[in-house]
Amino acid sequence: MTSTTEATAVERPPARSTGRRRRRSGWATPYLFLAPYGVLFIGFILAPAIYGIWISLHDYNYLLPNQPWAGLNNYFDLFKSGSRDGADFWRSIRATAIFTVFSVPLLVVIPLAIAMLLNRKFPGRTFFRAVFFTPYVLGVAVVGVLFRFLLDPTIGMLNFYLEKLGFAGDYPWTTQVPWAWVGLVGMTVWWTLGFNAIIYLAGLQDISPELYEAAEVDGATAWDKFRNVTLPGLRPVLLFVLTLTLLASANMFGQSYLITKGAPENSTRTAIYYISQVGLQQYRQGVAAAMSYILALMLILISLLNFRLFREKEES
Amino acid sequence: MNQLNVPLSRRGFMGAAGAVGGALALAACGGKSTPPGAGAGPTASGAGTAYNGPNVTLAFWNGWTGADGDYAKQMVSQFNSETKNVKVNMNVFQWADFFQKMPAAVTSGNGPDIAVMHIDAIPTQAAQRVIVPIDAVANSLKLNQGDYAEAVWQGGIYKDQRYGIPIDVHCLGLFYNKDVFEKAGLDPEKPPTNKDEYMAALEAMKSKGIQGSWVSPFQFTGGLMYQSLLWQFGGELFNEDVSKATWDSEGGIAALTFMTDLVKNGYSPKNVGQDADYVALKNGRNALNWQGIWQVNEVTKLTTTKIGLAELPKIGEKGGVWGNSHQFVLPRTQGSDENKVNAAAYFVNWFTQNSADWAKSGKVPAVESLAESSEFTSIEGLQPFAKEVPDVHFPPAVAGISDAMTAMYDAVNAAVLGKSDPASALRSAANKASQILAQNKKKYG
Repeated sequence: MTSTTEATAVERPPARSTGRRRRRSGWATPYLFLAPYGVLFIGFILAPAIYGIWISLHDYNYLLPNQPWAGLNNYFDLFKSGSRDGADFWRSIRATAIFTVFSVPLLVVIPLAIAMLLNRKFPGRTFFRAVFFTPYVLGVAVVGVLFRFLLDPTIGMLNFYLEKLGFAGDYPWTTQVPWAWVGLVGMTVWWTLGFNAIIYLAGLQDISPELYEAAEVDGATAWDKFRNVTLPGLRPVLLFVLTLTLLASANMFGQSYLITKGAPENSTRTAIYYISQVGLQQYRQGVAAAMSYILALMLILISLLNFRLFREKEES
Repeated sequence: MNQLNVPLSRRGFMGAAGAVGGALALAACGGKSTPPGAGAGPTASGAGTAYNGPNVTLAFWNGWTGADGDYAKQMVSQFNSETKNVKVNMNVFQWADFFQKMPAAVTSGNGPDIAVMHIDAIPTQAAQRVIVPIDAVANSLKLNQGDYAEAVWQGGIYKDQRYGIPIDVHCLGLFYNKDVFEKAGLDPEKPPTNKDEYMAALEAMKSKGIQGSWVSPFQFTGGLMYQSLLWQFGGELFNEDVSKATWDSEGGIAALTFMTDLVKNGYSPKNVGQDADYVALKNGRNALNWQGIWQVNEVTKLTTTKIGLAELPKIGEKGGVWGNSHQFVLPRTQGSDENKVNAAAYFVNWFTQNSADWAKSGKVPAVESLAESSEFTSIEGLQPFAKEVPDVHFPPAVAGISDAMTAMYDAVNAAVLGKSDPASALRSAANKASQILAQNKKKYG
């Protein structure tokens, strides 16, 4: 102990004497630490985002020599009836909303239940953890092709077995709503629940076992423990999972693109799907950028609302 | 192209990123540089029949992801081994990605030296200056209008300049399941050729509990079937100057009604999924499928069931078959290297001269004399398609035409899925398409 105090005592004076110089040279340190991230952020996020606003104000096609100025027309047209994109765009926003509203609750609740099961000790636990996580590593193209044939209304396996079980067996899982939504949400839940489950699992393991022991001593039931220990302990994780899942669902594209092709009548064509058609296939980047900004604005608002809700809960 | 192959060194990358101008450089990718040599196009002086210049490497891009890609690869490696001073590197992309990637690559100076495109994409890419006019190359190859079917030849021209050199014609034909025909008591060597025979065959199959003609609500192949029928019923997709969509004419409505009636009268199940019509044909649940020539190789290899190939039946009064054509194009490159252009011309010439080999991938050669050669006529299964070529229609050579066509595919989808009746689906799609055509005209001129 004494030697340590001595050592610090010895070191202190020189430290004090160079303090001024060190402070001056230290001025840049935090910025240097930030620089690599800052450069990437500015170069790959901020600058393109601002440039995107510029694009959205033009009749933009990056391949043509001229990009005529359009002002806010790209935005106004989306709200005008009878315009080329208005009705289609809002229809695609609606499709995105439907998908999000149905997939998010399932993707928040089911993985939690699975994580709690997988958090118990039982033989083969690691194996089951792998089983639930495995689909997540597959690309959307693989899962899409797989489910296109599983769900196919006339030659699909799902209807085949439903028929064997005595159901009608001709449910249009990929070609009519609402069945198509059931198919798309179902496959997405199967495909991505592993990711959320892993996050939950990590969160569950962070909750101190002593809290459960204390609750048990107080005679808490399993439900009491879940409500009063597990859920509060998982709050930050829940917020993370909810926000991430919301954004992921709102960005759904591949599933519709591969499985339904937007059928029927483009009612399962999501916003990102439509934006990619306009921007990448029709080479109308101006309109596509305007639509992206509207979608982004909506997502920012929803995320803010989300954070606000969780904070209020915390305060109360 | 080289820039694409050389991996950016780490130091180089950090340097570029460090100069915050990197962001501006990115922004400048979309800049307004006027392409060099736009309008004039490269000239090939080597007459295309030989290449004697220094060694060059050509990057060749296409979208042949299926079995056709394997044939193309074989041909390219044969070319490489025969031609010492030209090396062709082939890159394959999904067609859906191809038309996004290539324009971007060309704009940033990393485009290929030679590429393949569909005939209906040529005007759009020409207007966007992704590809350059190649009249000089075509002249040096001594391409002759008389050697090609009219539509194939015309389709490579945009605004009086040639942009595409035709390789092949690929079109729709009638694929039918011979085993199912036998089961229904029909002659498996006599596929239906007109409406009466078609309906009689369907009726015979229906009595055996088989839904004989599945109608797909999707572009592949319902949308292609619709176009074929439209022409058969005397309709046209667009008016003469392509300022209006006309598929809601009487012929167009009759065509789509024929398809929806197949569903309504139980000759097709409702809600056919993507490609389910074709899968069902192969497993014997469907019997008559209006399918693309590109599937020929697959069905002739089947051992489980026998698939017959025939010309499309004439349901309407006239012959009408949907078709498309692959064409060679030369992408705009930053500095036009005459040796590369000459080597490219030589490769194009070599490939088209050997396109009877290419036909084995399931295509009809665009050069008529090749289509009539014994080399081609000995290929199993492709002859009915070759016979159809005079009846094949292509989309008009107008920039941005696929934007308008999408509306038509949407109408087919809505009507076949029973969401809307054929007439009103076609009418609202045609209105929308006419609006798109007007906007495109303003955009592309």
